[in-house]
Amino acid sequence: MKIEKIVQALGLEVKCGKNYLDKDVTGGYTGDLLSDVMGNSREGYIWITRQVHQNIVAVASLKEHVGIILINSCQPTADTLEKAEAEKIPIMVSDLPAFEISGKIYNLLTAKS
Amino acid sequence: MVETNPNLYSNSFNIEGGNFNSAGIVSTNIKSILKKLGIPNDIVRKAAIVSYEAEINVVSYAKKAIVNLTVNPGVVQIEVIDDGPGIPNIDLAMQEGYSTADQRIREMGFGAGMGLCNIKNYSDDFHITSEVGKGTHLKMTIQTP
Repeated sequence: MKIEKIVQALGLEVKCGKNYLDKDVTGGYTGDLLSDVMGNSREGYIWITRQVHQNIVAVASLKEHVGIILINSCQPTADTLEKAEAEKIPIMVSDLPAFEISGKIYNLLTAKS
Repeated sequence: MVETNPNLYSNSFNIEGGNFNSAGIVSTNIKSILKKLGIPNDIVRKAAIVSYEAEINVVSYAKKAIVNLTVNPGVVQIEVIDDGPGIPNIDLAMQEGYSTADQRIREMGFGAGMGLCNIKNYSDDFHITSEVGKGTHLKMTIQTP
């Protein structure tokens, strides 16, 4: 499923990387501990977190995540947006908490088409 | 006498301690070099994880470090030598969840006590030596097909 479809289905606010929403999401990972995400997420995943600082971009880029979703209306810092745009990683914001947005994305990704 | 470099590829990088703004630059660099060298993606990903974790440790605890990357047939090796405070008890430091990170580091989502575990898990061979007051030396080896 393309990121674009998730953005539309869940009403996510796209903060940067609008030109890179056509990537395929193969799964997702939810976490705020960067080493946990480093060790356990996979390429092609969408990462759900409440961390907003620029180091999330390095993690997402190294792990080849297709995008980052910030929860609870958390706003990315300016340098995070700048780096993410340069690394072609879309950052989206949801007003939902991690549990709810993760559940909704899980359902979208596992729904029988 | 002319010395020839026996390595297929080798390069060194510096990490600046304390600077979280530039954390990840060296690992990103290593990742793109390995990709260009045609190293398979799963090996590149392992190298990215271990070098990133080592880089974060340097940024968190040391003033500076040097990273040596060498690539030879069948093997990628990453060595990180820092001038940090050293680790008094390596067995303890290797325990998942153990961390000496301060609040500032933890608030960013680092310092979960998982870094060295990730390094060990994603290396085929991992050596760590450390001397209190001198620094820490990591040597990670990842086999390539």
